[in-house]
Amino acid sequence: MTLRDDVGLMAGPEALPRDNGELVFAAPWEGRALAIAVTTVERLGLPWDEFRSRLIAAIAEAPERPYYESWALALERLLVDHGITSPDELAGATPTERPPL
Amino acid sequence: MSDHHAPEPLAPVEARVAAIETVLERRGLLDRSLVDAMIEQYEHNLGPMNGARVVARAWLDPAYKRRLLADGTAAIGELGYGGPEGHHVVVVENTPTVHNLVVCTLCSCYPWPLLGLPPTWYKSAPYRSRAVREPRALLAEMGTEIPDDVEIRVWDSSAEARYLVLPERPAGTDGLDEEQLAALVDRDAMIGVARP
Repeated sequence: MTLRDDVGLMAGPEALPRDNGELVFAAPWEGRALAIAVTTVERLGLPWDEFRSRLIAAIAEAPERPYYESWALALERLLVDHGITSPDELAGATPTERPPL
Repeated sequence: MSDHHAPEPLAPVEARVAAIETVLERRGLLDRSLVDAMIEQYEHNLGPMNGARVVARAWLDPAYKRRLLADGTAAIGELGYGGPEGHHVVVVENTPTVHNLVVCTLCSCYPWPLLGLPPTWYKSAPYRSRAVREPRALLAEMGTEIPDDVEIRVWDSSAEARYLVLPERPAGTDGLDEEQLAALVDRDAMIGVARP
């Protein structure tokens, strides 16, 4: 499956990090965060712009922050804003170590 | 599981993404098969094409192969690949008497720009320890029987050197062009857990 155009063709500071045209990730969780956001936005039936606008805001408030950290923040805010979860619930679900592989 | 390595530290953001995934699953909002299918795409299709092209070029062009083995980073750069994580790539050549296997015993150093995302097993403690301790048995379990008279060399990747295996060109591929040859090379062959 390929990325929808509205995801893959984002331009500007929110554009997906690429090297030579191909997506690059600094760590595997980044790829996972990308896939979770794309599939969830679709599942919720939301326009991609709901995520994109929060991503742009997260990058703008801390331009030096690594791209996928802003991405994760945007996803969290989207879910909280839509009443799907709360910061408390997320805190309770946060693991302290990586699950066994 | 090996107890020779401390658990990898879990970055706060990585933990938070895991929490998001857990919560979405609770709500029945996460289609894990779709998520996995997307990730598989990055693992298998995006990165390894770069590495496969490097291998195919080396099979076809002896001069390129010499440059690749002498200075992997520079030769790979000739094809336009590189980037921060791809620095200091060392290419090791399989021969009829030597089979090379790549591991990162301490974490999960990996030539991302060439191979995409590392597979889950690459980061697992059993792979990381057994690749060093009993590579022949490990490879056999992964479906790759290395004859006893073939030496197995294990290369431990680090931030300083990321290894890429140059597999042996399969027999009967004389008439193939670069693109056809590249299609024969997959990620596992370039890690050294398979042979094309």
